[in-house]
This record gives sequence, structure tokens and C-alpha cells, in this order.
Amino acid sequence: MTLPLPAALNQVTPSAWAAAAMIATVVLASTTGEVLTAAAMKSIGDLDEIRARAGMKGAIKAVVTCPLFFAGVFFLAVAFFALLFALSHLNLSLVAPAAASLTLVTNAIAGKLFLKENVDRRRWAAAVLVCVGVYLLAH
Amino acid sequence: MAHSSLSARQYLILAFVSISAPLGDTLLARGMTHMPAVTLAHPFALVAAVFTPWIAAGIALLIAFFASYLTALSWADLTFVLPATALGNVMVALLSRFWLHEVISPERWAGIVLITLGVGFVAQGPSLTERAQPAEEEPMKEVATR
Repeated sequence: MTLPLPAALNQVTPSAWAAAAMIATVVLASTTGEVLTAAAMKSIGDLDEIRARAGMKGAIKAVVTCPLFFAGVFFLAVAFFALLFALSHLNLSLVAPAAASLTLVTNAIAGKLFLKENVDRRRWAAAVLVCVGVYLLAH
Repeated sequence: MAHSSLSARQYLILAFVSISAPLGDTLLARGMTHMPAVTLAHPFALVAAVFTPWIAAGIALLIAFFASYLTALSWADLTFVLPATALGNVMVALLSRFWLHEVISPERWAGIVLITLGVGFVAQGPSLTERAQPAEEEPMKEVATR
């Protein structure tokens, strides 16, 4: 039985699975990190206003005393090292566009589900257009 | 405080976020491709990589990116900031075309058009999801709805 899969998926070798796993790790870790970080910054409030009121020190203090922020940074760090790891095994023209473009769509989904952001048709369209665009541009 | 329309300063921060991220990534990629492949058997090679010049410069730029990115997230939605700042990829591609005279393939031109369209879509809308504000806050400025 043959499925109408894209050419890349038809030749599923261990290395293709490994590549998919590396990219999925980057995408999942970075989406988790982005959502946690965004939630942290929303809970802190407008940083420009905090800086106007309490100075740069106050703004930095507001950020580094937020546990949610460190949870986000932890996952972003995981994503960063997963990306470095993937870059040393896979072609840059595969990893960079795949990770960057998939992250846009997973973030739109996660933003709607977890951050309750108003992801209207305009934002879905933007996420999909930019996702395809980043893929084409970086490829 | 909700800002549905952004100030010039906030647009500047978004512009810096969008340009510093792809430039930082380019520096990292340049650094990593000049290194031998890192394996799971020797994960500490990644730590050594951090101290090579290209990667160190990339990390410095990405730290500046992160500070301005956090600022942007404090007054705009994640699903606004991410697509909006993808415009930086377009700027870097156009810089490489007109400054470094690199050839841009039709596929990459298509990518440039799609990103620009997408950013146009998201930039037309509100930058922050409206939420009920706590009652003790100072009186809210009128929030534009479109």
C-alpha cells in the first residue's frame, strides 16, 4: 500500500526519523518556552511603564523575580541547545526553515489554547502565510 | 495597560527584535558550520562552541534581542509579536540582495512576498487581546476595537 506522502516522507530511513525527532524537539521546546515566557511577561505588566516608574533595576527585578519567566527560559535554553545539536547533524537549509516556520503555527495554536489570545482569522492567515514564507525564504 | 495601537517607540522595539534575531542566528550558523559535528557522546563540545568568536557574537546579539523581545511581550500578544517580527527575515534577505549582491531565487522571492503579506495582515489588527482589567487600576484609556 502506498500513501500519497511528500517525497521526503516516502524515504523514511532511521536518519529521516532522527531528523524529524530533532526538529520536533526544537519546535516543542521552543513553543513551550515562548508560551511560558509570554505568560510571565503578561503577568508582570508593561515593562516600559515599570521602567519609567522604577528604573532599569526595577524592570530587571520584576522579570527575574517571576518564577514563570525562569520556566520559560529553561525551555528556550533546551530549544537553543537542541537547535545547536540539530545544526551540527543536519543541513542548515532543512533545520532553520523547518523549525522557524513550524514554531509559528504551533505558537498560534498554543497562544489560543493556553494564553487565551484572540487568534482571529487575520492572525491565522498571518501565521500560515509567514510560516510558508519563512520556509521558502530560508530554504 | 492595553495599547491597541502602538507608539513609535514600540514599533522601534519590534523592528530591533525582528532584525537582531535573524542576524544573531546567521552568526550562530556561521560559527557552527565551521565546527566538527557534535555527537551525543561528546555533548560538552557544545559548551566549547559557546566560546568561539562567531557564536559568542551571535549570543551577544541574541541577548539584546531577548531583552527587547521580553519588552514587546509585556505589551503585545505572542501571536502578534511572532508574525510581526518575521519581517526581519525579509530585511536580511533584501540586505543580502542589494548590499552583498546575492542572487535571490524565485522561491525565496515568493517567501518574501508571503511574509510581507502575513505581516500586513497581523499589523492591521489589534496588538493585544482585550481583557477585563482589575477594578483598582486607574481609569482605562479607550481601547480601539476593529
